[in-house]
Amino acid sequence: MALTRDLAVQSFQMLLVVLLAPLVTGLVRKMKARLLRRRGPPLIQPYRDLIRLLHKEVVLANNASWLFRAAPYLIFAATWVAAALVPTFATGLMFNWTADLIALVALLGSARFFLALAGMDVGTSFGGIGSSREVMIASLAEPAMIMIVFSLALLAGTTQLSGIAQYMLSSNVGLRVTLGLAAISLVMVGIAENARIPVDNPATHLELTMVHEAMILEYSGRHLALIELSASLKLLVYLSLIACIFLPWGMAPARDTWNYFAIGAGAYAAKLVAGCIALAVFETAIAKMRVFRVPAFLGAALMLGLLGALFLFVSRGF
Amino acid sequence: MEVDVSLWCVLAFFVAAAISVCLSKRAAATALVYGATTVISALACATALTCLLNNQTASTKLPLGLPWMGASFHIDPLSAFFLVVVNLGAGAASLYGLGYGRHEPFPERVLPFFAAFLAGMNLVVLADDAFTFLLAWEFMSLISWALVVSHHRSQDNLHAGYVYILMASFGTFALLLGYGLLAGTAGHYDFEAIRSNHPSAFYSAIVLGLVLLGAGSKAGLIPLHVWLPLAHPAAPSHVSALMSGVMTKVAVYAFIRITFDLLGPPTWWWGMAILLLGGITAVMGVLYALMEHDLKRLLAYHTIENIGIIFIGLGLALAFEANHMPAPAALALTAALLHVFNHAAFKSLLFFGAGAVVTATGERDMEHLGGLIHRMPQTAFAFLVGCAAISALPPLNGFVSEWMTFQAILLSPQLPQWGLRFAVPAVGALLALSAALAAACFVKAFGVSFLGRPRTAAAEKAKEVDGFSRSAMAVFAALCVLAGILPGFFIDALGPATQHLLGSSMPAQSTIAWFSIVPINQSRSSYNGLLVFIFIALSASISAYAIHLLASKAKRRAPAWDGGFPDASPLTQYTAGSFSQPIRRVFGTLVFRVREEVTMPLPGTTQPAKHHVDLEDIIWSVLYAPLSRAITYSSDRLNVLQFLTIRRYLSLVFSALVVLLLVIAIWH
Repeated sequence: MALTRDLAVQSFQMLLVVLLAPLVTGLVRKMKARLLRRRGPPLIQPYRDLIRLLHKEVVLANNASWLFRAAPYLIFAATWVAAALVPTFATGLMFNWTADLIALVALLGSARFFLALAGMDVGTSFGGIGSSREVMIASLAEPAMIMIVFSLALLAGTTQLSGIAQYMLSSNVGLRVTLGLAAISLVMVGIAENARIPVDNPATHLELTMVHEAMILEYSGRHLALIELSASLKLLVYLSLIACIFLPWGMAPARDTWNYFAIGAGAYAAKLVAGCIALAVFETAIAKMRVFRVPAFLGAALMLGLLGALFLFVSRGF
Repeated sequence: MEVDVSLWCVLAFFVAAAISVCLSKRAAATALVYGATTVISALACATALTCLLNNQTASTKLPLGLPWMGASFHIDPLSAFFLVVVNLGAGAASLYGLGYGRHEPFPERVLPFFAAFLAGMNLVVLADDAFTFLLAWEFMSLISWALVVSHHRSQDNLHAGYVYILMASFGTFALLLGYGLLAGTAGHYDFEAIRSNHPSAFYSAIVLGLVLLGAGSKAGLIPLHVWLPLAHPAAPSHVSALMSGVMTKVAVYAFIRITFDLLGPPTWWWGMAILLLGGITAVMGVLYALMEHDLKRLLAYHTIENIGIIFIGLGLALAFEANHMPAPAALALTAALLHVFNHAAFKSLLFFGAGAVVTATGERDMEHLGGLIHRMPQTAFAFLVGCAAISALPPLNGFVSEWMTFQAILLSPQLPQWGLRFAVPAVGALLALSAALAAACFVKAFGVSFLGRPRTAAAEKAKEVDGFSRSAMAVFAALCVLAGILPGFFIDALGPATQHLLGSSMPAQSTIAWFSIVPINQSRSSYNGLLVFIFIALSASISAYAIHLLASKAKRRAPAWDGGFPDASPLTQYTAGSFSQPIRRVFGTLVFRVREEVTMPLPGTTQPAKHHVDLEDIIWSVLYAPLSRAITYSSDRLNVLQFLTIRRYLSLVFSALVVLLLVIAIWH
């Protein structure tokens, strides 16, 4: 009975993140539009876009290889597995011991690896510029993320996400400098990784500074639908990650009754909405930066993360 | 028994070398020698593997070498593990050589040395006294030098050979002095005697420094790496694979054997010194690789990075061992040893791939390649697996050893020393940085050479390589996947080696449910490569199935969109240089003193715009260039001594004698 319930919760969570992801993107777009005093597209517009793309034919460039066609599935799979590992409304997911936070970072890294390769496959200058900038951003964002993982793992005594969430829910967390630094750093990394303003602009095509949109320029039809869905999913992963680590309240504990799950789901929805609003406000309030200012931005995230980890290393044993 | 089999295999390698000398230029020589070395390596590998798995030790003494000592040989779990790595690499390189060797214009310059090189590497690992060890070490260096200059008509290869032999002699010299100090005044050259005789703290530190110079220069630790990116690519590709994938591991073996086994109990600052060296080596190696456009040199620079990662693991193990923390020490050492194996697998694979590219196109420069995935699909797939593995992407093997190193770093706040507490997180950041940069580098390597459109006619006419080469690549690609999804078995196999060196090993992994791995017993962290692999495969198939069920299946081929302005010329693609430009700009100004000059013609004129990049290798210009100038200067001055009269020579001899006697008189 417990096993079936665990399996059901895990499957529900996997399904939930896929179904919810476009809604999150839609919500951010709507919010941004409202802040600019536009009416904006309806909330379900991303779903409509995906369905429209699925019904279109795929136009492949003449020299696109098998990698170009396989990459969307690989990218989606890697992002989906990463999303399945992040506790959303309940801790103690069935398969949370499969991979820890380091593996989660590496899984998102795999998705990016194949996306950057796909950008170079057709051999256009736009694809190349996107891939080249994407790996430059990743080369600073990934170490920053690992430093955040170090801080959290040292505090919680495990790199397992469920363990970290349980530690954060417990009473012995307190107010810590390290956690503050890690939170700021994680938000900065999240903004860069999801190609949001001020690092990249998700709303434009054919702008000279674009990164993510340049890589996927040659995609169309169902392939593009998958890539768009993976991008939304990645945004959801980061929002859930921030919520799970820094705002764990309301999450249903492991092995508990159904009504706790209901509370957990409600809390999760509230956290997502809050995250979307915060992101929309931030993106509206700030201007996009030049691409060569990005290393300074991410370098700051890396240094904050390192500083947080260093505090912990040095403060042990007093 | 096992030692005897291994020694017979070494003898068989020598016989193969002798036969190839006799056959000289005959066409059958290539097939015969590579066939023979494949079989012998497989046998030697199987012997070593049984030895490792059954945790056996064996030794023997042959009446060779110094008359009063003989030559001792010994197998324990550590040497058995390195014999497995050496002979696995050797076997695959021989298999690859069966196909690749057919294109060799001068087989008589490669074959004898190839077989002897395999024998030399085996002998280093088998040796059980300092004399045999040094003899085998120098033999291995000289033979590999002969392989580096096998195509000696090229000026670059000659230069590479010159730098290599200088650094190799210097390294052996340092090791010789190190063993001299270890042997003490009584001159015990047997490893058994050295083990029981610990030098004082001061001499231990000097020995450690000498070993770092000797083994470190062979492994490619920065700043002793300068020969490596010159020499490894100069050799034929299967020899490059051996030098990069295997010979650097023999150097790691020498380092482990001396510091962990012979030198006695470690001090904490040894670990710190090695950690910092490893961290700097890892990041510098990958930055050098990112700036490189030559496919084989890029891979050689990446070897430096991976050696850095291995030394980070070794440094952590020493630091834990010095503080009597057996479980974390075992974890760190296992991570380093697993990375030794992993790197041997994917680096050999990548060099085989680079060799296939050279065979098919005649080009090593990535700027002249492109689009090879269409013409060499199987090579491209194997190369992609190697790229993903070396970039530490789950569920492949590179990620496992890196994950274990991170877990070891996370255990280090318990270390009591302040220096280590500052150093370890900094090294952790360097490790993370090098991993991310490695992924960037291999997106570049694969993207520019295999994807896109062909940049030259040679790349356009490339053909898939022969079956032997492809099967050698397939073996290693399969190993990369296998070690990634079932790491528990590989970790368990390393248990005897860490047990032998540290007296502790990681918890048994193969008994854990679902083949997960855990770093230490009390840990709540775990990783499961098998399930990650299954999950990725499942979700990819589910999404593919769902998409094909729901979505339109229509597909049309058309010219590339490219923002509406496609350009037919493949020159408009991103090149390797332009791909690494952002990273060059971020890191390069500091590390390479990069200067970029852009000359734009005035509007209306028809001259082309020019872009020029100036890179400076700081380590060369700060360390090696002044040294080389000083040596040239002093040898020019000393040259005067060659042209003196006989009276001056006699007076010189006389004054030297007087000075010597004075020194002795004062000394007493």
